[in-house]
Amino acid sequence: MDLLLVILVDGLIYGAWLFIVSVGLTLVFGVLGILNLAHGSLYAMGAYMTASAVGLYFGAGGDAVPLGSYAVMILAAAVVALLVTPVLERGLLRHFYHRDEVIGVLVTYGVFLILEDVIKLIWGVEPLFVYEPYDLLGLVEWGPLFYVAYDFLVIGAAIVVGLAVWAFLNKTRRGKVVLAVIHDREMSQTMGVNVDRVFMLAFGAGVFLAALGGALTAPMISVSPGIGVNVIIVAFAVIIIGGLGSIEGAAIGAVLVGIARAASVHLMPEIELFIIYFVMAVVLVFRPEGLFVKTQTRKI
Amino acid sequence: MTFRLGLLAKTLASSALALGIAGAAQAESFKVGIVTFLSGGAAESFGVPAWNGGKLLVEKLNKGEMPAPYDQVGFGGLTIEPVVIDEAGGATKQVQEFRNLVQRENVDAVLGYVSSGDCLAVPPVAEELKAFLILYDCGTPRVFEEASYNYVFRTAAHAAMDNISLAKYMTSRGINVGSFAGVNQDYAWGQDSWADFVASMGHLQPSAEQKTALFPKIFAGQYGTEISAVMREKPDVLHSSLWGGDLQAFMLQATARGLHKRMQVALAAGDHVIPQLGQKMPDGIILGARGMNGLAAKAKGGPLIDALWDEYEAAYGTFPVQAPFRMWQGLLGLKSAVEKAMAANGGKKPSAEELAAAMKGLTWEAPSGTITMALGGGHQAIQPNAIGTTKWDEAAGKMTLVDIEYYGAECVNPPDGVKAVEWIKAGFPGAKC
Repeated sequence: MDLLLVILVDGLIYGAWLFIVSVGLTLVFGVLGILNLAHGSLYAMGAYMTASAVGLYFGAGGDAVPLGSYAVMILAAAVVALLVTPVLERGLLRHFYHRDEVIGVLVTYGVFLILEDVIKLIWGVEPLFVYEPYDLLGLVEWGPLFYVAYDFLVIGAAIVVGLAVWAFLNKTRRGKVVLAVIHDREMSQTMGVNVDRVFMLAFGAGVFLAALGGALTAPMISVSPGIGVNVIIVAFAVIIIGGLGSIEGAAIGAVLVGIARAASVHLMPEIELFIIYFVMAVVLVFRPEGLFVKTQTRKI
Repeated sequence: MTFRLGLLAKTLASSALALGIAGAAQAESFKVGIVTFLSGGAAESFGVPAWNGGKLLVEKLNKGEMPAPYDQVGFGGLTIEPVVIDEAGGATKQVQEFRNLVQRENVDAVLGYVSSGDCLAVPPVAEELKAFLILYDCGTPRVFEEASYNYVFRTAAHAAMDNISLAKYMTSRGINVGSFAGVNQDYAWGQDSWADFVASMGHLQPSAEQKTALFPKIFAGQYGTEISAVMREKPDVLHSSLWGGDLQAFMLQATARGLHKRMQVALAAGDHVIPQLGQKMPDGIILGARGMNGLAAKAKGGPLIDALWDEYEAAYGTFPVQAPFRMWQGLLGLKSAVEKAMAANGGKKPSAEELAAAMKGLTWEAPSGTITMALGGGHQAIQPNAIGTTKWDEAAGKMTLVDIEYYGAECVNPPDGVKAVEWIKAGFPGAKC
């Protein structure tokens, strides 16, 4: 019983992190129809910006109010979104909305390569550390195990992010406009919706969520070049399981992958790497479009 | 008088010849292709510090500022001219880059490769091109255990000694290991390290029970589940050969959860993350540096350490960890081979064949101790090793190593012709400890 609970907790912690790093990817695909391969670089930029900003915060006397570093982390993600969105979306991606999806993949792959070098130009190749926020909340003791309370903060952040995105899309007028654009871009435009603006807002939200993933991860890792590469792989697995463009799907996919991985590490460590793709393969056998995407009729 | 004039003429002629040779030698350079990671996951831990150290040594050698026996300028009077290439991009790219170095850049030798994959892919091409190649860093024992080459040499010991030494250290320090677990990356380095450690423990502490062996993906970054799994199993010792950002992330996450207070953590190659982690690397961690490198070498001291340590610290703001030591021993080995070959060929720049003949079975002094090309028919080095325990020096404000134990090269490396894993399984026959 203890083992099952440990698997559940470990799975939820990992799943929460997975959800945060993948929800922005699925949102951008859902609205813009672009599979953003640069998502991992945006995650890395969030981590780097957080490392710099929180470092500055503590350097400027933030020790007096250490919890303020959490606000700085969110602010750092917002700054990344504000800086990157106009350049990428207005400057580049909008020229490819009406092109084939493969073109979008190639363009964002190019952006990924450029951003990886931009990160090195700005922050260098030396690793950055910002572990203060990780230790702030102390430990949670549970039987033979100790968890860092920060891990549960990540679960809380994932729940807040998931609910906020869901509530925005389903309970606000602007959200319903976004849903209308997702459902039928041309019809929405005909009805007077400023589709370009919706695209920019959605992409900005996607960038913010990617950067927030990086910001929340920065305190527990060494922030160094290349950290975004692996993230994009697992994020893709999660949103393919959940269904491309589905927020609920990303949540369920992340929890499924998290728990499956935790179970394999505890019970059968030799299949740890395989298990994520096994879950993905099983879901695709029964639901080729992913868990939460309804089969759609195709316009001719 | 005629005799005297003749003697004078001969003296002048020979002096002019000697001056001419010296002038030519000074003008002539020895071009070395240096291949190491300047970008990617292994850059910050290995590639960049290695070339930082290499650059410093090349500058000092070209100025003749190193102590004897390395006080001759450059390589035997030839100015060292490095051509530096980024190792990132995978083995296929590196094979092409190697061809470019040899055929377009016309380098006289190549010294490079951190990745074991590259170390397995490039040597056959060096043989084909008859190009002199030194592998300076990679750890896989397979290079010379599964093939033999004429033009290829490795100036660093392979990885088996790291884990043999760890097991010996725990035994000699009286750490009674009832059980042990492992967290190692899921590729050749991690798998081989774990296998060598398990085999060594099987001989040195046969009653120790092997518990969970976890192999997270390289560059995974998230180790929460692995830490839970290890803490649930409660082994006495946790073995890990993680490196770079993975080791930094693992230590940050594990120490926050108090893993190091519940079991002895033993890191096969952990010294290189000390500068980055600082006090986040807790006291009491047993670690090696893939040779008598870094803090263990500094504790041992010597003229070569004195010549390089302080200048490295002043130039780069941190102490030299294992990677620059391997670069130094590679470059000093190459210098020794070039000068030995020049002594044999009358002072000309040596050909690849002459270099290979000089390098075979060579012994030379390095900041990391005496290096001997003892394995692989004289192509693979063995070197001394050291293991120590971390202790933060509050007064100096820096991490130190205490309880350091030094192991002779022939104590922790197999004899020539014997595969490392078979040697361990046979109980280290012939080990000179």
